[in-house]
Amino acid sequence: MASDQVKLIGAWASPFVMRPRIALNLKSVPYEFLQETFGSKSELLLKSNPVHKKIPVLLHADKPVCESNIIVEYIDETWSSSGPSILPSHPYDRAMARFWAAYIDEKWFVSLRSIQTAEGEEEKKAVLAQVDEGTAILEKAFIDCSKGKPFFNGDHIGYLDIAFGCFLGWLRVTELAAGHKLLDETKTPSLSKWADRFCDDPAVKPVMPDTAKLAEFAQKIFAKPQP
Amino acid sequence: MEKKEEGVKLLGFWISPFSRRVEMALKLKGVPYQYLEEDLPKKSSLLLELNPVHKKVPVLVHNNKILCESLVILEYIDQTWSNNPILPQDPYQKAMARFWAKFVDEQILPVGFMTLVKAEKSIEVAIEETQELITFLEKEITGKDFFGGKTIGFLDMVAGSMIPFCLARAWECMGIDMISEEKFPGLNRWIKNLNEVEIVRECIPPKEKHIERMNKIIEKTKSA
Repeated sequence: MASDQVKLIGAWASPFVMRPRIALNLKSVPYEFLQETFGSKSELLLKSNPVHKKIPVLLHADKPVCESNIIVEYIDETWSSSGPSILPSHPYDRAMARFWAAYIDEKWFVSLRSIQTAEGEEEKKAVLAQVDEGTAILEKAFIDCSKGKPFFNGDHIGYLDIAFGCFLGWLRVTELAAGHKLLDETKTPSLSKWADRFCDDPAVKPVMPDTAKLAEFAQKIFAKPQP
Repeated sequence: MEKKEEGVKLLGFWISPFSRRVEMALKLKGVPYQYLEEDLPKKSSLLLELNPVHKKVPVLVHNNKILCESLVILEYIDQTWSNNPILPQDPYQKAMARFWAKFVDEQILPVGFMTLVKAEKSIEVAIEETQELITFLEKEITGKDFFGGKTIGFLDMVAGSMIPFCLARAWECMGIDMISEEKFPGLNRWIKNLNEVEIVRECIPPKEKHIERMNKIIEKTKSA
């Protein structure tokens, strides 16, 4: 039943964990946030997600749901009468939202993440160019999906806004570290404005990590051992 | 008024499990479609025009709307044509079907093919890792005729197109008995059940031709 207890296993810095948190906020669903300690995996996590052993995991009446975008869809369907619709209603719009969410995870984020491991200026430049290319594709996708409205999903934030917006904290940390703007008013004017609107949304604000705190965390986890 | 059945085209490839599963879905729903075979690895200008982002099959065109990515297409088909539902109604069961489908494509395929063929680890280790993954599916199918219950559904199409009618052929080429009856009785029963479903049978690549082509793919992958 929708009123059964909801728990979310996650971590404050994880963009994937942000996704179901935003969704639960949109639906005004109270939940218990079970914070994992960085570097170790709790018994509950290993039991609830034996296949991947990863966060986020939603526990609804103790039944686990894994994989962030799948959890978001589950939340939308389970609390369908509460709050705005997270997925678009038209089958084609829904397909576009899912298509771009998959692209973001499988291509765009993979290249963003590889900036961390790029060795030397040449490789870093090449990876940054790749991310820029992807962001330009997403700028066009935003124009196509939003159809003149403020969000990918239209008037309110939805599935695709959440799927992409969750990376904004890490995107800003990467911009600072690499000294290279990935979203800005000249390269990506629409996405640039969308990013501000997304971060201001009341469902997003409480769970978007502070950039400085995230940068400090990034330093810690990506610290290369001194020779 | 837009007629639903008009203008459905599918760009596919005869040995692509991603393409075959979309055909299963269209056939299950009784949707007539025009099939356009890509002569891969050559990519036609039509494919490049319709799917500039990934340049891959399958691509579904419905009333001039273009859809890519097989799992996205399956969900679109299920939402557009409501007869013979592919996904379960219950949100939790739906989430499970989606989870396992992703698992098949993102875990079983790379480990069950790439890792095995590239032989970066010993073949025994690669087989063990693949079987460990397949064991998860064995647990899911135990006690059921199909993943979808009494009739085929989303996960049957995804796992069916990928495992018995694609990966198993690669395993046969490599002389590996990956899904033995002894270790995986549930999955073996499921495969027999699948073979009795007409629309599934229509979507199985012809074996001899497939094995011949698969051998070439394996060679090409090894040397890549």
